[in-house]
Amino acid sequence: MTADPSKAAAQQTPADGTPETGTTAAAAQKPAAREAATSKKSTAKKSTAKKSTAKKSTAKKPTAKKATATKAAAKKATATKAAAKTPKKQATTKPSSARKKKPRTGTSATTKPAAQEAATAATSATPATPANSATTTAVRPARGAFAAGAARASGERRRRSGTPLIPTAPVELSAARRTAVGAPPSADEVVVAAVTEGPTEPETAERRAPATPGRESAGPESREPGKPVETLETVETVGLTDSDEPSDALPAEPTPPRRPSRASMRSTRRTANGEPTRLRAVPTVETSAPADDSHVADVGTRHTQASEARGREHALTSGLQSRAEKLVGAVLEGAEFSSESRPGPTELVELAVNVLRAAATSAGVPAEEAERQVAETLAYLRRRLTGDYVVDEFGFDEDYTVNVHLPLLRPFYKKWFRVEVRGIENIPDEGGALVVGNHSGTIAMDSLMTQVAVYDEHPRHRHLRMLGADLVFQMPFVGTMARRSGTTLAANSDAERLLGSGALVGVWPEGFKGVGKPFSERYKLQRFGRGGFVSAALRAGVPIVPVSIVGAEEIYPILGNMPAVARLLGLPYAPITPTFPLLGPLGMVPLPSKWLIEFGPPIETTSFGPDAADDPMLVFDLTDQVRETIQQTLYSLLMQRKSVFL
Amino acid sequence: MAKVVLVTGVSRYLGGLYARRLSTDPSIERILGVDVVPPKHSIGRAEFVRADIRNPMIGRIMAQAEVDTVVHMNVIATPKDTGGRVTQKEINVIGTMQLLAACQKSESVRRLVVKSSAAVYGSSPRDPAMFTEDMNPKTLPRTGFGKDSVEVEGYVRGFSRRRPDVEITMLRLANVVGPSIHTAITDYFALPLVPIPLGYDARFQFVHEDDATAAMILATTGPPAGIVNVAGDGFLTVTQCTAIARRPVVPVPLQAAGVIGNIVRRSGFADFSSDQLTFLAFGRGLDTARMRSVLEFEPHFTTREAFEDYARHLRPAVPGVEGVGEVVSDAAGGTAAALSRVFDRIQP
Repeated sequence: MTADPSKAAAQQTPADGTPETGTTAAAAQKPAAREAATSKKSTAKKSTAKKSTAKKSTAKKPTAKKATATKAAAKKATATKAAAKTPKKQATTKPSSARKKKPRTGTSATTKPAAQEAATAATSATPATPANSATTTAVRPARGAFAAGAARASGERRRRSGTPLIPTAPVELSAARRTAVGAPPSADEVVVAAVTEGPTEPETAERRAPATPGRESAGPESREPGKPVETLETVETVGLTDSDEPSDALPAEPTPPRRPSRASMRSTRRTANGEPTRLRAVPTVETSAPADDSHVADVGTRHTQASEARGREHALTSGLQSRAEKLVGAVLEGAEFSSESRPGPTELVELAVNVLRAAATSAGVPAEEAERQVAETLAYLRRRLTGDYVVDEFGFDEDYTVNVHLPLLRPFYKKWFRVEVRGIENIPDEGGALVVGNHSGTIAMDSLMTQVAVYDEHPRHRHLRMLGADLVFQMPFVGTMARRSGTTLAANSDAERLLGSGALVGVWPEGFKGVGKPFSERYKLQRFGRGGFVSAALRAGVPIVPVSIVGAEEIYPILGNMPAVARLLGLPYAPITPTFPLLGPLGMVPLPSKWLIEFGPPIETTSFGPDAADDPMLVFDLTDQVRETIQQTLYSLLMQRKSVFL
Repeated sequence: MAKVVLVTGVSRYLGGLYARRLSTDPSIERILGVDVVPPKHSIGRAEFVRADIRNPMIGRIMAQAEVDTVVHMNVIATPKDTGGRVTQKEINVIGTMQLLAACQKSESVRRLVVKSSAAVYGSSPRDPAMFTEDMNPKTLPRTGFGKDSVEVEGYVRGFSRRRPDVEITMLRLANVVGPSIHTAITDYFALPLVPIPLGYDARFQFVHEDDATAAMILATTGPPAGIVNVAGDGFLTVTQCTAIARRPVVPVPLQAAGVIGNIVRRSGFADFSSDQLTFLAFGRGLDTARMRSVLEFEPHFTTREAFEDYARHLRPAVPGVEGVGEVVSDAAGGTAAALSRVFDRIQP
């Protein structure tokens, strides 16, 4: 089912995503998690037990394959914190791997000291290693590889299951492990423990690091005191060597791969899933593992020879190529990583959040604020995709209006027209009212701005439900947007229905005569319709609030009309503005005039009673009164305005 | 008061449902179900009478059984079921004429209940948000079922003038949806890829098939109500419907919609005539105040609930879509993870 993965992601996100998103939470959790990394095995075992059993069937193959690819894995192991093993393996199993590794690492400047560092670190961590190395030859690297892989996988798992792990001493882990394996070599175990510890920690640290630069610096501080800070550099090496792994492991795949990319994906996935199963949930397999490993290790070494030759070639290449190689390595690494984590949407969310936070921080916006906004947007999109929103009888979609329509208009309102609103208190807090305004500006931008003004400036954030000409609803897109944002047909039935339901209704009775009048007639009110709005207000018994809008006349000054074009398109007029046909689409950008919107004191209609709507004389009188009020306010506003554009 | 009820269109789904529901009413002595084809479903204790309402024989049946209530449910909206538009028009218009002629002659008929449709209001951008029963359509439906409904209502109005003693209840039902009923609109939203008019998002009202039947029962047994709109509360837009039905949409310009509608109809996926295209573009709203005050009917399902009930019984748009979804999300997740990894690596 399509919904399933996303659902899984949604379930994971709260657990996983929360520590990731909250910077402080992540920082606080990091040291604890790292400490727990070594001992985490027990916890991880529990949490992954289900998964591992489910994948038990595939678990066998990966382990075998892993073993055949001993060399590759060993390489990884060496590159990880268990660099102590590197010299050992070079001496015993395959010098080739070391050689192959050398050219690669040699190109990247950081790796060399890192390897040394790692070596020292490992020796300091495990003093008994040299003694042990003599006994285990081919098995050892394999074991290390397992451990490294397991550690990586477990690190992944820890990262995903955001439950804070109880920090326990690493000794306990190794002991538990020893009992599981049934073999006594203590020093060996410590090495493994060290290995386990190594890669898990930097992986998380590294993954989180780029998200916020600030966090990266916080990373090393919160690290365990005993650990060398150079781990990050070591990790770099891990990435490189890891990237080699798929290509090396590929030939060991029993099924002939049809397409190399997919096959490698599959193989890595199996490896990744198989490893932890083997090491953690099914300890019995572990005992038999060394035998298998030694057996298949030969196969692995055979492949190593080929890769060794390849590696030598690499040694001759220039630094540029190495850089490209690094990129490819990163991609391969990414691919491998992706196959590790099957519930991908989590990664998607994580990536998105990281990028977002980084972007927000760099843009100087608080990351939390940006995150909240994005979360709201996503929630809105989800509601859209599932149809989980309400549309009323007029087609008004509040969810859309608040989240899309008004935010789209706000830049115009605030920045472009710098709308100044006066007398917003004249709009009642509740109950119906009819807002009547002057219409101008070629397109009905004034009504849209009034809508924003009422919603943004009014303490109750009321929606202005506007009445639009039927032409609006005939046009595709425009009509739909109009209906969604609360506009309905300018007809008495709709107006009365809206007013009766206690809505705040906006009407521009001049209609197209007002919007389409030439610039020379600016701020001269046209005929106020047939007074239908007054009779609607009378019937509903609601007050009429006159609104005067100054500034809209100048956004598209109509210098001329193209009646032929208008007739052709079925429009009431086809304007010629200083910019419009001349500059093409650019001419559709409105001029940035300064706007003033003044709501006048409401004109009560209740005293006339509903029957007064049938008295034409009264209706005409009221219409004229409203018209005159608006006209006078317009004049006074024009006097107050310093300049058209300032 | 209703003792002997004659139901036309009993072999159709809604007619059968109505007959079954009416059978549970013990006050009804006898139910006669009339249709040209025998019903494939149970019609309760209704007696099936094979008769064509286009034939004057219907009058003899009414006289014989002393029918006192005639329920006309044979105004057909889906021409596919009846063998084309011509037959549909014959049944709807001529059938109604014959039935009303028989009713006019009949001494026993006391009540006429007609299942009409909200299609009589047409659908246009100049429509008011809500139609009350006394409003006239802004643009009269000129073709198809809508036109038939207008003509049927015209004949019923004429009949009411000639026989003022007969109580008339005419229900203008919004689009009926439900888990089992097949109408143009249910076929439409069952399409694997739903073509929607580009740039329009019509508002719909639905009535659940159970509610539609219950309203018809109430019209039969309850007080006379005249013309009543019947619709569930609330509205859904086309995009909401497709989202609830989990159908992908393909926006089609309204000018090209006629052609596409024809293709869809020819292909047999949906029984959709071009007269319903304006409905898809502009929708319609019904004022149901009279339904509550006069008919005293309270629908059990809202528009959304009715549609969700219908959508629950929809098969997925593409068989095996679950697997596809899994693969796609898997691939997407993999790509995302790879991207995140690369992003991490590249960033210094």
